[in-house]
Amino acid sequence: MIEKNEPLMPSLGVVTDIRCDTPDVKTFRVVTPDGKKPFIHKPGQCAMLSVPGVGEALFSITSSPTKEEYMEFSIKKCGCVTDWLHAMEVGQMITIRGPYGNGFPVDDAFVGKNLICIAGGIGLAPLHSVINYVRHYRDRYGKLEIVYGSRSMQDLVDYEEITSEWEKEEGTQVYLTIDREQPEWDGHVGFVPNYVKELGFKPDDDTIVIMCGPPVMIKFTLAGLNELGFKPTQVYTTMELRMKCGIGKCGRCNIGSKYVCKDGPVFRFDQLDALPDEY
Amino acid sequence: MRKCSLDALDSLFAAMSGAYSVYLPVDGDGHDKHASYKKWSEGVKYSNALNTVRSAKDFFFPQSENLMEFKVDGKNIEIIDTREESEDFIVFGVRACDAKSFEVLDNVFLLPPADSYYKSRREHGVIMSMACTRPAETCFCSTFDIDAADPAGDVQCYIEDNEIYFDAKTEKGEKALETIISLTEECGSEKVDAQKEVTHERMKKLPLANLSTEKFGGDKTNTYFNSEKWKELSQSCIGCGTCTFVCPTCQCYDIKEFDTGHGVKRFRCWDSCMYSDFTLMSAGQPRLTQLERFRQRFMHKLVYYPANNDGLFSCVGCGRCVASCPISMNIVKVMKALGEEEGK
Repeated sequence: MIEKNEPLMPSLGVVTDIRCDTPDVKTFRVVTPDGKKPFIHKPGQCAMLSVPGVGEALFSITSSPTKEEYMEFSIKKCGCVTDWLHAMEVGQMITIRGPYGNGFPVDDAFVGKNLICIAGGIGLAPLHSVINYVRHYRDRYGKLEIVYGSRSMQDLVDYEEITSEWEKEEGTQVYLTIDREQPEWDGHVGFVPNYVKELGFKPDDDTIVIMCGPPVMIKFTLAGLNELGFKPTQVYTTMELRMKCGIGKCGRCNIGSKYVCKDGPVFRFDQLDALPDEY
Repeated sequence: MRKCSLDALDSLFAAMSGAYSVYLPVDGDGHDKHASYKKWSEGVKYSNALNTVRSAKDFFFPQSENLMEFKVDGKNIEIIDTREESEDFIVFGVRACDAKSFEVLDNVFLLPPADSYYKSRREHGVIMSMACTRPAETCFCSTFDIDAADPAGDVQCYIEDNEIYFDAKTEKGEKALETIISLTEECGSEKVDAQKEVTHERMKKLPLANLSTEKFGGDKTNTYFNSEKWKELSQSCIGCGTCTFVCPTCQCYDIKEFDTGHGVKRFRCWDSCMYSDFTLMSAGQPRLTQLERFRQRFMHKLVYYPANNDGLFSCVGCGRCVASCPISMNIVKVMKALGEEEGK
C-alpha cells in the first residue's frame, strides 16, 4: 500500500471571513470544511495555501496559536496567487498544508524577556502571531514594545486592533510611524530604522528584538540596533525566499547548508551571519 | 554468485519480465547513437555502453509526474489522491556512479517527512548494477570513493568472457534473481575477482584519477563562497541547465498546475538552480546573475550537501556534465580552480 501520509498532499480549507486591512492587504480567516482550525502551529510558522489552477504559495500564519477556532492570514497582493486570493469571496474553498518552519522560540528563549517587536508594512503579519501569543500568556514575559511603520496611515495593517486593544494594555507600548506627513495623522512621521534609534531602546541582556519587514528596513534597523548596543544573539528575524515544497526537498530556499522552509524561517542574527550572504 | 552465458541474456530478461518490468540501456538508432534506458520486450537488445544519456534517477524521480488532481466546481474544491503503488521493476545495467546516486537522493527524499512518490518506487525498484571494465576518460567516480568495478545495488552484475555473473546483495535482489534461477548456475568468484583487479589498474590510469575532494566538504563555505574564481568560471555559463538534467544527483524540483478542462492536475517536474526564475520572488531575487546561480550548484554539491550528510558529496563522478556542457564547463574544472585557490 502506498504511504498514507504525503507531505505535498494538501487538505481543504474554507474562507469564512475576509477583512480589507489596507488598499493591498486583506486578512483571510480559514477553517476546515467542518468548521475547525486546520492544524496546530507555533507563532512564526507558515502554511502553503493554494487555489487549484493558479498555484501554491507559502504564507506566514498571522493568527496566534491561542486562537483555537480558526487561522488567519494577512496577505499582500503582489503576484498570481495573491491576486486570486484577493479577488475571492467568502465561502471559497482553498487548499492548505502545513505547518512549516521552526517558528519563534516563544516557549523557551523568549520566556521572561522584554520583547521589542519591530515591523514594517506587511512584515507585521508574522509578528502579529507572536504579539497575540505574548498577550495571551502575558505574565510569562516582561515588557512588550511594538514599533510599527508603514508608507501611510492607510497602509498600517491591523490598525483597529492595534489602537483599540494593544495600545490600551498595561505593560504594552506601541509606537506607530508612517513614512510621510498626512493631514489626518498626528503620530510620528519617519522611517522605522530612524524611529528605533530615536526611541533609544536599552540593550539589556533580558531584552529580545524580533524584526520583520522589507530587506532595506531590516538592514538599517539592524545597523541602528547595533549602535544602540544590541548583540546579534538578541535579535531575531523571519525570512522570505521562494519555496515550492515547504519540507526542504525542492531546493529553492537553500542558503548555505540551511533550508529556510524547514531550518527557518526564523533565524537569530548570529545564525544568519554564519550563512553565505545570499538572501 | 550465479552465472550464465551472455548468449542467453534475452531469455534472462524474458524470465525477469514475468514478474517485473525490466528497463535496460539500449543503443540509439539513427542519428543518436547514445544509449538510453528502454523497457525490455522481445527484440530489445542490452547495450554495454558505459553511461546512458540520462541517469537512472528517472526511474525514481521522473522528469515530470502528477502529484494529485483537483475538481473545481464554483467555490468548491475536491482533492483527488491519484497516487498509485509503484509496479515492481528492475533497472538493469546501472553503473557504479548511478548506483551510488540513490544514496544521495535517499538522503533528500526519504528524510522525514518522506516523499511517498519516491519512496514507493524505491521500495519496488530493484537495482541490478553492472561493473565497469573500461571506464571513460570523463569518469572520476573514484574521486568520490566509488569503486566502478564493485558497484552498489541489489544485484551486482559482471560480464566476463562471454558470461554474465550475478551476485545478490539484498533480499530484494535475491528475490529478483529467483526469476532466473533455472537459467543460471552457481559459480565461484575467481573470474570476477580477476576482472576487478584489471579494472582497478585501468582506473589508476584515467586522466581524472588524481582529482581529489580533500579541499572540499561541509566546513568550506567561507573558504570558497567569495572566491574570485567564480567570476571566471561562470563567465561563459549560458544557464541552459543541461548539467542539472543529466546529473544523477540533482534533485531540485518545481510544482506546477495544469488545467485540463476537466479538472486541475498538480504536477512536479525537474527544475534547475541554474535558471534565473528558480529563486525569483515578487519581493526580489537573491541570485541576481549567473555567477550566483553557478556558484550555488557547485557549492551545494561540494560544500552544503556534505555539511548536512556526514561529508557525503552530492556528485558521483559519472562525467555526464563533463561530456554534455555546451561551453565545456564542469565540476572537474571548478574543483581544480577552487583547489588551487585554497592552496595559495
